[in-house]
Amino acid sequence: MLRVEAVRRSFDGTLVLDDVSFDVAPGRITGFVGANGAGKTTSMRIILGVLAADAGTVTWKDGPLDSATRRAFGYMPEERGLYPKMKVRDQLVYLGRLHGLDAGAARRNADALLEQVGLAEKADAKLDTLSLGNQQRAQIAAALVHDPVALILDEPFSGLDPLAVDVIVAVLRERAADGVPVLFSSHQLDLVERLCDDLVVIAAGQIRAAGSGSELRAKYTLPRIEVLLGTDAGWLRDVPGVTIVELDGDRAVIELADPEADQVVLREAMTRGPVRAFTPIVPSLAEIFREVIR
Amino acid sequence: MTSFWTTTKLVAAREIQVRLRDKTFLYGTLFFLFFTVAITVLPAIFAGSPDEVAVAGSNPAVQQLRDAGLDVRVVADDAAAEKLVRDGAVDGAVVTTNGKPEVLAMDDVPGDIVSALSVQPGTRLLDPEAIDSVVRVLVTTAFGMIFFFTAVGFGAQIAMSVTEEKQTRIVEILVAAVPVRALLAGKVLGCGILAMGQIAVLALVAFVGMNLTGDSAVITMLAPALGWFVPFFIVGFTLLASLWAVAGSLVSRTEDIGQTTMPVQMCVLLPFFGVIFLNDNQTAMTVLSYFPFSAPMAMPLRLFFGDAAVWEPVLALVVLVASCAACLAVGARLYEGSLLRTNGRTSLLTAWRSRG
Repeated sequence: MLRVEAVRRSFDGTLVLDDVSFDVAPGRITGFVGANGAGKTTSMRIILGVLAADAGTVTWKDGPLDSATRRAFGYMPEERGLYPKMKVRDQLVYLGRLHGLDAGAARRNADALLEQVGLAEKADAKLDTLSLGNQQRAQIAAALVHDPVALILDEPFSGLDPLAVDVIVAVLRERAADGVPVLFSSHQLDLVERLCDDLVVIAAGQIRAAGSGSELRAKYTLPRIEVLLGTDAGWLRDVPGVTIVELDGDRAVIELADPEADQVVLREAMTRGPVRAFTPIVPSLAEIFREVIR
Repeated sequence: MTSFWTTTKLVAAREIQVRLRDKTFLYGTLFFLFFTVAITVLPAIFAGSPDEVAVAGSNPAVQQLRDAGLDVRVVADDAAAEKLVRDGAVDGAVVTTNGKPEVLAMDDVPGDIVSALSVQPGTRLLDPEAIDSVVRVLVTTAFGMIFFFTAVGFGAQIAMSVTEEKQTRIVEILVAAVPVRALLAGKVLGCGILAMGQIAVLALVAFVGMNLTGDSAVITMLAPALGWFVPFFIVGFTLLASLWAVAGSLVSRTEDIGQTTMPVQMCVLLPFFGVIFLNDNQTAMTVLSYFPFSAPMAMPLRLFFGDAAVWEPVLALVVLVASCAACLAVGARLYEGSLLRTNGRTSLLTAWRSRG
């Protein structure tokens, strides 16, 4: 378990992180979402020790996170960069060794990863001859080459084509399945929704919500139901505990104050005529996000 | 966990590898090699053969010219001698005009022939210099140039390599993975090894060249100075390298590197000129041989000239090591403080105060 506890940090008198606390659980992919400037990158840099916190701690397996453990982390900074004139495989091997692997292991891991992210043919090409998408793949490989014990990825999907996204998603899932805690930030909420098990929402330097997707849904949104009747649905307006979200003739989207009230509404509808559809709507992450940072 | 030293070695190895694959570096080294060959071998070749002089067999100067070590071609008469000059077969001829000897040549006065026939007064130096003045200038220039070109050439490469890591943003991955000081140490070590290697190759070529051309006496005279040059060079280079690294870390784009490396260049250039122009001023050289930036050039030279007492290089080296240690400590802190500031230029004060 990687745990961020009560971390504060300011730059030139401006508070950027205000009492930030959240967990990244082993074996789970945690999405870190927030608007630009909300504090995602600063939090990640503090986890990696690239920046120091003014107050608060980062702990690893209930102990202080020391530099030796940090070194075993995999990090993809927001600002991408590798050596432009160095061959892709050479950089991976070099970075693997800097992270503490011996030469043989670094070479094996580099080759396996290049294969996995689809860059095996480009292994001996210099980085700056690669397309942007391929450079991104190399960047992800660079974060993974030393078999990290934890992964901290700042916007790993920005600039990736859909094919590359699939490749990276598969790689991250595989690492998580091996028990590695994975934290990644993104403002592509659809991707976060697809990929993450847990979610941490940050806004203006404060953690607004944290938990699994279903927990957050239950906590921050009311159950919604799409109703399609044979007759006009206007009467729904007058049912207590029901809020109309949309109403269009015989079709309506309603929100229930009490989740159990759905049966009451359904019975009432059936007495009034045909019910062609009665479908619970799972709110999207984007909706939860808007709700949380409101 | 990989130790500090292992990291330093890895970084150094990468720096060396990158340079060895870099065409600019290889061509530069080749150029210096040719240059060394040229200055050690060519003068001997040009100076190799004595002037050829034609002279009539009846001329009384024949023996005199032979005694002066000239290549004398005895011909039938003055006309034959003059013809050889006109044909370019000899450098000059000695003829008799109006009963007096006269030297003929095409467009250059053949100094050796003239002096062979001249009467020179005896000379006695009251304070003879142990070292020929030409050798003195050559050796001064050689020591100065070697240190200057290495310190500027490799120093600039260190600065570039630091800035490049900032510009390409890989620095954040590096900083997250390894201690910043190991990164700095690795760069200085890698470039230092290359610099020493380059000098060693040049020295070897010069040594072989001088031996072939029979100048080995100079080598024997140079040996103690060279012996001291090595430690002075290593410490002096490290001192400057830390400054170059800081200069590189203060900017975020290689285009801007000139702004911050200028003062460092001056730290090499001014002492270099000082040593070149003041090398026969004992007081100035004494000062320069203790001043950290010029000591690697000036102290070995003073030893070569025989001007320094036995204890002097030891003391100068202590001063240099102390300044180097201070510079490394300050430099490492500035480097650490500015490395992650990737927006524009960092001031020294900001770098000093920064704590990440």
